[in-house]
Amino acid sequence: MSALRHDPPALRIAIVAALLFLLLGFLSILWTPYPVTSLDVAAALQDPGGAHWLGTDELGRDVLSLLMKGILTSFVVAGVAVAIGALLGVPLGLAAALLGPYAELGATGVSGYLLTLPAFVLAVLFACLFGPSAATLMVAIGIANIAPLALATRDAIRTAAAPDYVAAGRLAGGSGLDLARRHMLPTILRLILAQAIAQLAVGVLAEATLSYVGLGTQPPATSLGLLLADAQAYAAGRPGLLFVPGLALLLIALALTIVSREIRAAAGDTTGGAHGAA
Amino acid sequence: MALLKVDNLTVTRGGSTLVDDVSFAIGKGQRLALIGEAGSGKSLVLRAVAGLLPPGTTASGSLGFDDQPMPAGTADRLALNGRRIGVLLDRNSTGLSPLRTLGAQLDAALARAGREGDRAAQRTELLQEVGLDPALAGRYPEALAAAERRRALLALALAGKPDLLIADEPAAGLDLLEQRRLLDLILRHCTERGMSLLLASHDLRTVAMLATKVAVLRGGKVVEAGEKQEVFGHPRHAFTRAMLSAGRHRARTLMRTPIGGTLLELRDVSRREAPGLPLLDRRPPKVRLEAVSFAIRAGESVAVIGPAGAGKSTLLRIVAGLERASGGELAFEQVPYHGSDLPRMLRHEIGYVFAEPAGSFNPRHTVGESIAEPLQLEMQKSVDELGARIVEVVRAVGLSPDILTRLPADFPLAELQRLAIARALVTRPRLVVIDEPIAALDIGARGEVLVLLNRLRADFGLSFLIATHDFDVVRVVADRVLVLDKGHVVEATTPAQMLDKPQHPVTQQLVASQLPDVGIVPVF
Repeated sequence: MSALRHDPPALRIAIVAALLFLLLGFLSILWTPYPVTSLDVAAALQDPGGAHWLGTDELGRDVLSLLMKGILTSFVVAGVAVAIGALLGVPLGLAAALLGPYAELGATGVSGYLLTLPAFVLAVLFACLFGPSAATLMVAIGIANIAPLALATRDAIRTAAAPDYVAAGRLAGGSGLDLARRHMLPTILRLILAQAIAQLAVGVLAEATLSYVGLGTQPPATSLGLLLADAQAYAAGRPGLLFVPGLALLLIALALTIVSREIRAAAGDTTGGAHGAA
Repeated sequence: MALLKVDNLTVTRGGSTLVDDVSFAIGKGQRLALIGEAGSGKSLVLRAVAGLLPPGTTASGSLGFDDQPMPAGTADRLALNGRRIGVLLDRNSTGLSPLRTLGAQLDAALARAGREGDRAAQRTELLQEVGLDPALAGRYPEALAAAERRRALLALALAGKPDLLIADEPAAGLDLLEQRRLLDLILRHCTERGMSLLLASHDLRTVAMLATKVAVLRGGKVVEAGEKQEVFGHPRHAFTRAMLSAGRHRARTLMRTPIGGTLLELRDVSRREAPGLPLLDRRPPKVRLEAVSFAIRAGESVAVIGPAGAGKSTLLRIVAGLERASGGELAFEQVPYHGSDLPRMLRHEIGYVFAEPAGSFNPRHTVGESIAEPLQLEMQKSVDELGARIVEVVRAVGLSPDILTRLPADFPLAELQRLAIARALVTRPRLVVIDEPIAALDIGARGEVLVLLNRLRADFGLSFLIATHDFDVVRVVADRVLVLDKGHVVEATTPAQMLDKPQHPVTQQLVASQLPDVGIVPVF
């Protein structure tokens, strides 16, 4: 993996792949090759071919259309979860970095407590309380995102304030906000963005995992995890049905992880990986 | 019989040749040093011999060890490291695993070396040998100081009682005392056990102390090689001569600025830092500086010397207004302040040069922007005047104004240091505070920067406050010296007196830990 580290082609390929998947997902709002709600049992379990590029599933639905809808669900759930995490985590991180040692003790304490609650456990809890749905998933994964984003924000500020050129700016008479804008903000934003993208990858995987076991997205809506669960029964005869959503999941997570790591590396953080995930 | 034989070693990356046809042999008990500037390929030669070339590089040529060709397989090759070959490559702590205690790593090294018997006793012996407290075996590397990590790496390298030690800049980044101790230790292994040494360094004094033979590398080629006395005494190649003369700094210039009245005064300046949370933590505060008093007169140059952690940088940062004294008072031109409360109208009077030129420039700004930044302190001046000022200081440090639109990454370190000095001068300060003016630089650039500092001082009538651990700096640019130890000024004297008759034990230790002068090669 370390060979990829400062390899711009890897970054470019990863960005293109991630955007392609994103586009594919959002395209499904406007158009899919076939409506995913119409069942055609006569055309069930077809091999990939001219009419259905990726074949059909056991209910005769077009797999490509399902995949596009599934990718959309994954990105929306993971994206909203990142937004929830950022909304609460970034202020927590700001408080830890800027409001003195007691605020830091409190904020890192809260983060540490949140880190002990995996998204999976929260999802089970919320599914019991409110019934399983994509919305409970967003909240569960979102809560799991708070701590990593809080810690990343705190560390981003520390990292950005450390170089001597920030001190040089202070000696040059720069005032607080001006100094932050000139010398610190680019680094801070990049590092937080890198963490957010890493959490997006985690969110996509968590959504798939939780929907697979029935704690998340419910039929007739679909997601990559549900597609995997549905395909399991036909795995022996139609391995392609497992392979398609599985590969999509792998490529999305891989692309996002590479993008995140490259942004972090470009921002000059050499301290290692992202903060603990779900 | 050669212990290590390197024939026609060539290392390439992509299309460029980094090491070009290098051959040498090291006999039993011989100590060869590869000398060269950064990028001369000396580290790559060491890595090639250790079988640890970075990915993306390819090597050709032949390596022989103890009359056998070096094993080709990676596993066999690396098995030799730790048994017969000790490797000390990393400048930083990366040679230690952060996940295991020092003791566990030493045990593994001893096991790899095939040593039998009581592990605990061997471990203790090894730690004591490198001058570490055996109790440190239970610690993780992050809990060790930089110098302790360096010694721990040496302990790992020596665990197998190797026949050959490969050492890349073994003393880089250590203060004078630590540096001397580490080099003494390596030398003792060489003389007592007949260990051979393959050393790479750009520090001629380290080489003078450790090596019996030297090879000078430039651009990947050996330009000169031979016995140490021969090469240092009668250098034949122009590059070797230039490097040796750069190692002997010319004395101060004859131009002197007249010394005026008191410019800066410190009265009982202290700095204590709470170790943990205020109120909750009952440990006593850590003393960085304690009751430091001295004065600098206009046109005077004062050096502060001391071991690592003595408080040199803290002192400089308080004077420049980056940190605040927790006790005592400073006065610049009779205006009292305590550090970071330095009045804005005085800020342009004090320039600051950071220890690391690379870190003190924002990589996303052009050097022109960075040099212009302090001019916001003088907004009342006209734009034309300030523009002319920038051109003037850049010329004064010997660079052309065309380079102002380039980014810091485009400059070698020595030029960045010149630009850092230019930035410190752009507000026409009367006092320039300099942290380690030459420690980050290659040997060739060091003398130039010291000469430059002397010239600027004469031309602009500057006063200097310089922190350093290098006696050359003190000798060449300082009028007076303060010796700092654990936050206290233990001796205030002149450079000549400090070197001739050091009074305080710390000063005596520092003076005694100087490495031999190059040019007059002492015989060990």
